[in-house]
Amino acid sequence: MIKTADYLDRAAMRTDIPVFKAGDTLRVHVKVREGDKERIQVFQGVVIARKHGGLRETLTVRKISGGIGVERIFPLHSPIIDRIELVQEGRTRRAKLYYLRDRKGKKARIEELRRD
Amino acid sequence: MKIGILGRKLGMTQVFDEGRAAVPVTVIAAGPCVVLQRKSPDTDGYHAIQIGLVEKVGRRAVTKPLAGHLKKAGASSVKAVRELRGEFKGLDVGATIAAGAFEGITTVDVVGTSKGKGFQGVVVRHHFKGGRATHGSMFHRAPGSIGASSDPSRVFKGLRMGGQMGSGRVTVKNLKLIKVDAENGTLLVHGAVPGPRGALVLVHGIR
Repeated sequence: MIKTADYLDRAAMRTDIPVFKAGDTLRVHVKVREGDKERIQVFQGVVIARKHGGLRETLTVRKISGGIGVERIFPLHSPIIDRIELVQEGRTRRAKLYYLRDRKGKKARIEELRRD
Repeated sequence: MKIGILGRKLGMTQVFDEGRAAVPVTVIAAGPCVVLQRKSPDTDGYHAIQIGLVEKVGRRAVTKPLAGHLKKAGASSVKAVRELRGEFKGLDVGATIAAGAFEGITTVDVVGTSKGKGFQGVVVRHHFKGGRATHGSMFHRAPGSIGASSDPSRVFKGLRMGGQMGSGRVTVKNLKLIKVDAENGTLLVHGAVPGPRGALVLVHGIR
């Protein structure tokens, strides 16, 4: 007999998500439903937070669109996400980059992670 | 047609529905249950069936009288026994009820025992506002006046006071049945269900 509800989470979790962390730049391909048509929209930005864990994990992606900061929170395992592309790894010293919200222009950049 | 089953609350999680929204669900390991007895107007004055949750129990939990009662249904051990009012045609003694019996049902009622909160004051138990904490206030979390003086010289029945909270029978009605997983013997019910994880729950459904 089944003793815990974990089996559902394990089955529902996606395995096609790349390894990434806060500071990385991602290209998130989102399925958008317009009427009964469906298309893919790309949201590219910096990951400023990963929250929760397991099936409930979410990621917050921030980008500057037309001079205005835009953040989207995606449930990581949601079927709304078509795929996630890792564009660039960033070098950061913390797990949550909320300080980027208070910065503009050059100061809001994140250094690229160099592996050497 | 009515159907009922005993089960255990496994815990909560979320699933994504077709609209891709995350839906909070409670997972219930339902059954298997066995029909132990049928009651009819001729012998008992009303229609009902008695069902037992089939589960391994300690040797001493099955007393001789219970063992004899179970023998008629061909069951070896049951964890809990409940009676369901109604005729339940086709469910004779010895018949089993599994999670799959809920296939096609859209909403269910769930009965359980809520989490015990112990002795709680009126602020927690009845959402009284309480008084001011500072500025010389000498009234903090007390219930206030509980009645008048010589008339009526008593406290009215049913007045809200502190006392035992929780650990009582609670029924949650009309919960959407999100999924019936007959293979694993589980039911996924929308939202919360009374009791801690592992608690015994009774699920009612009407087709």
